[in-house]
Amino acid sequence: MKLKSPRAGALWWLTTAAALMSATAAHAEAASGIDAADTAWMISATALVLMMSIPGLALFYCGMVRKKNVLATMAQTLLCVCAGSILWAAACYSLTFSGDGALIGSLDHMFLSGIGMQTTSPLAKTIPELLFVAYQMTFAVITVALVAGSVVDRMRFSAFVCFAVLWLPIVYVPIAHWVWGNGWLMNAGVLDFAGGTVVHLNAGVAGLIGALVLGRRSGYGSENLSPFDLSLAVIGTGLLWVGWFGFNGGSALGAGSRAVFAIVATHLAASAGALTWMALEWWSRGKPSVLGMISGAVAGLGTITPASGFVLPWHGIVIGIIAGAVCFWACTALKRAFGYDDSLDVFGVHGVGGAIGTLLTGVFATAAVSAGAASGLIEGHSAQVPIQLLGIVATVAWSGGATFVLLKLIGLFVPLRVGKEQEFEGLDLSQHGEALQ
Amino acid sequence: MKLIIAIIKPSKLDEVREALGHAGVQGMTVTEVKGYGRQKGHTEIYRGAEYTVDFLPKIRMEIAVDDPQAERVIETIRSVANTGQIGDGKIFVMPIEHAMRIRTGETDAQAL
Repeated sequence: MKLKSPRAGALWWLTTAAALMSATAAHAEAASGIDAADTAWMISATALVLMMSIPGLALFYCGMVRKKNVLATMAQTLLCVCAGSILWAAACYSLTFSGDGALIGSLDHMFLSGIGMQTTSPLAKTIPELLFVAYQMTFAVITVALVAGSVVDRMRFSAFVCFAVLWLPIVYVPIAHWVWGNGWLMNAGVLDFAGGTVVHLNAGVAGLIGALVLGRRSGYGSENLSPFDLSLAVIGTGLLWVGWFGFNGGSALGAGSRAVFAIVATHLAASAGALTWMALEWWSRGKPSVLGMISGAVAGLGTITPASGFVLPWHGIVIGIIAGAVCFWACTALKRAFGYDDSLDVFGVHGVGGAIGTLLTGVFATAAVSAGAASGLIEGHSAQVPIQLLGIVATVAWSGGATFVLLKLIGLFVPLRVGKEQEFEGLDLSQHGEALQ
Repeated sequence: MKLIIAIIKPSKLDEVREALGHAGVQGMTVTEVKGYGRQKGHTEIYRGAEYTVDFLPKIRMEIAVDDPQAERVIETIRSVANTGQIGDGKIFVMPIEHAMRIRTGETDAQAL
């Protein structure tokens, strides 16, 4: 080849060298099974799910509490993200996702040891294991943050810190291991695509226990406890909704059609849930509230979560409608009947929604979506529904029981509730020395 | 000198201010307040939790006038802020002992 100048020659060598080097690198990645497309999507999904916690959930929750507790409510979410992340990297990831113990994982990857540039997890073969760690971390921290919603306006911050750092390893880790980490529920065939049991039912039940153990807010039922600024809650809902594309879509652990099916079913369920709650409220109360619309949307999102990667898009609509209706009932009639102060309806929306969604996964699971891995009642397989029920019962039992014991234990060392004066003054001032102007 | 305190509906503030301008009033103090009289509050519902809110937003205007102007100011406010509905508000008149303009030190009628 005749080259025109020395500069052209240098350029030619440079390009060839670069091509050779990238080929080498690509070869190394291919040997480990890491796929660039899957990795790119999962990095994005991880960011989306983290956004669901901060600021999504922080805004969603703080908009619904009273002005004097807004900052404190955000502090709880922040604390869960920060403390939870460290704990996850330290030991909780390992205990959840390494080894194949029926009840708990191993400490093989404690402090992320053994996880290098080319390492992959057998549970997510086409992305770097560290990415799988990070992705799962965002799920763990948001689950703890969800629980806080039941005990807003009255939990002592010091007690909450103790609760958060203990609840993650004691309650979340086992359940996540059982359902996702090769534990006994996974081996029993329980289907939970993105966290109907692990995240929503778990948080919902724990929240209810928290609400019962801590007791009602002062003035509940008699005083005006109306929300500080619902526009913040609406913004939070938007961030949660968009973030959920990463929550459910990312649970496909790869960039492909399955992620897309999960995302579309998710989006339709949110829409259907919002419209259903809106319609029910319009009919029963005469006016459709914005709080109702966003609650219905979140109910739809939580309920579709376990089913999202197993069902067809139109199933998402059906599941969303059911979610909107049942969660509406749970947050109004059921709550009134029993009189518990689950302040932000973590049980009513996430608990009930998670349970129903897990059950409906056994109904609507369609073989074509999961490449034959899962099939439900709708395709003639009646055995899946009882298996789903097993998952629900196990989650409720462990979450409820362990959370109760944990709270009682913490209560022996530090009072769970703030004092009456502090509750009246507000948590922002009494716990954090700050106030919104 | 008189201090005229008027509690009016927020929606009437601009009209009253303009009318008082035409009536020769050169300054006033306005605050946003809550209150109720015979007009009942409203109900808010949040996910099944009902709250009755008794207090309604109102505007409180304070206008300091010399005695001869008082009658005209009162009548202006009353006619402009009137909607005929319950909740239009009230006007109170209080005597002012002393008044002073901070910038110049002028007192009493010169200060108004």
